[in-house]
Amino acid sequence: MDNAAYKDIYVFAEQRGGKIQGIALELLGKARDLATVTAQQVVAVLAGYQVTDKANELIAYGADKVIVVDDAVLADYLTEPYTQALAGVIKQYKPSVVLIGATTIGRDLGPRLSARVTTGLTADCTRLEVGEEGELLMTRPAFGGNLMATIVSKEHRPQMTTVRPGVMQKAERDDSRKGEVEILKVNFDVSKFKVKLVQQVKADKGLLDIADAKILVSGGRGVNSAENFEKLKQLAQVLGAEVSASRAMVDAGVIPHERQVGQTGKTVRPDLYIACGISGAIQHLAGMEESGYIIAVNKDKYAPIFQVADLGIVGDVNKIIPLLADRLQKELNK
Amino acid sequence: MKIIVCAKQVPDTTEIKINPQTGTLIRDGVPSIMNPDDKGGLELALQLKEQFNAHVTIITMGPPQADAILREALALGVDRAILLTDRKFAGADTLATSNALAGALRNLEYDLIIAGRQAIDGDTAQVGPQIAELLDIPQVTYLEDLKYDGDKTLTIRRQTEEGYQVLETGMPCLVTVLASAYHARYMPVKGIVEAYNRDVETWGFENITVDESKLGLKGSPTRVHKAFTKGVKGAGEQFEVDADEAVGIIISRLKQKFLI
Repeated sequence: MDNAAYKDIYVFAEQRGGKIQGIALELLGKARDLATVTAQQVVAVLAGYQVTDKANELIAYGADKVIVVDDAVLADYLTEPYTQALAGVIKQYKPSVVLIGATTIGRDLGPRLSARVTTGLTADCTRLEVGEEGELLMTRPAFGGNLMATIVSKEHRPQMTTVRPGVMQKAERDDSRKGEVEILKVNFDVSKFKVKLVQQVKADKGLLDIADAKILVSGGRGVNSAENFEKLKQLAQVLGAEVSASRAMVDAGVIPHERQVGQTGKTVRPDLYIACGISGAIQHLAGMEESGYIIAVNKDKYAPIFQVADLGIVGDVNKIIPLLADRLQKELNK
Repeated sequence: MKIIVCAKQVPDTTEIKINPQTGTLIRDGVPSIMNPDDKGGLELALQLKEQFNAHVTIITMGPPQADAILREALALGVDRAILLTDRKFAGADTLATSNALAGALRNLEYDLIIAGRQAIDGDTAQVGPQIAELLDIPQVTYLEDLKYDGDKTLTIRRQTEEGYQVLETGMPCLVTVLASAYHARYMPVKGIVEAYNRDVETWGFENITVDESKLGLKGSPTRVHKAFTKGVKGAGEQFEVDADEAVGIIISRLKQKFLI
């Protein structure tokens, strides 16, 4: 394969219902860094229906060029039409790098696309760098986050990866940025469209599995009562988080077992874990110590939870948490 | 209805610990299990077997000891079990793995292929969709629920970030299942005994239909450049201050870490 024929950094600009998703902007931010190091361009690929007017937003967030595939068959995300659109872009433009968000859309589209264009795909990257020969170094967690692996694609192009949402930083919006918008017409093979969308439903987020939650507000014995636990729920609501608990709260009947974290409950690895009044028995720590950032609030300054916490607050959880919920609410309303 | 379940034997990653002195993974004594999402997929297959008299085959690619998860599936009630094992498959990344499995599936009859969403050792969620592409059949991933009308149509609920989609498709097709959607049944004691008297077929390269250059390390577009542990985390910062100041510290850290 002639790698030199492949150039520029492409970002799949995920949109849902015409709204550009945060992950697309995060990817553009990272793509800008990579493009600066390698002297390449950042190209956003915007696929959807009646979305062309969103191209300027992508330029404001760092795209030098936006390729728009605007077609009624792309109105809602479905695997086959989107794969055809993206494969069309790759075949025509030969990107060096393709970045896709590791969302339920990106993790459905990415592998299908990689098999269609016969290239590798790194999954759920959390770090992207440029190697000595200009190759993309894609680092990701494996073995349940116990091991980090850096993946390269030496001979195949494009170098493709899905990227975990919330990890890369988006650039500041700059509406004065200039860029090019190109419309690409894809000839869809509709005979391959075998899956039909019947219904798209927005469901109550409260039903989310705690193992999938990005933020967990977790309560333990120090919370002391169901009434105080309601305060944790308020904090969770402000943060868009789920609530979970240590065994003490489950045994007390304050919260169902499916929300228990620990050896006999669930192993969780959210980006943020707030341990409220949890002392941190080894069985509990086993279920949460790999969380991205851990905040612990506990009265006992020698509680084992502080050994795994990034930020430890010694104090009364039932005073601090309601105050935190209030202040955060005001902060986010600004 | 003919169903094939694709499953993988994985180390129970919740049992893996890091040696605090060396910073390396402690793999000794870590049990091997059937991957949880695959087990959910197997349960879906068994329910379709009960309701529609479906014929269920399970296939796994791995070393000879992966036989253990096939015995477990036989005990639970599958009709046929195939172990895909060959040195030629070793060192495969997801695409090369998918090529081997697709090569085997080409030599089997199926209406529905069921895989887990992702395996807990790699968490890639790639092999299902890649197999579907290589076999040129439609896919539905993140399956939460499946209803079969007994004739031609599958109605599938697919999990999304905001809620779910309801999708309709015909067969053949491939689905990937969430462990939380289908809770695996317990093995009957009688089944366990019988499972060891039944045949597990062993297939190698000669049994599958695929170009050899697409397999194993050679057929893998990606390479592991390096692997490392994150190291052992030291205790973080600790403050003993009044509630008001504590809240100020928490909010400033959340901002620094881009968590709000």
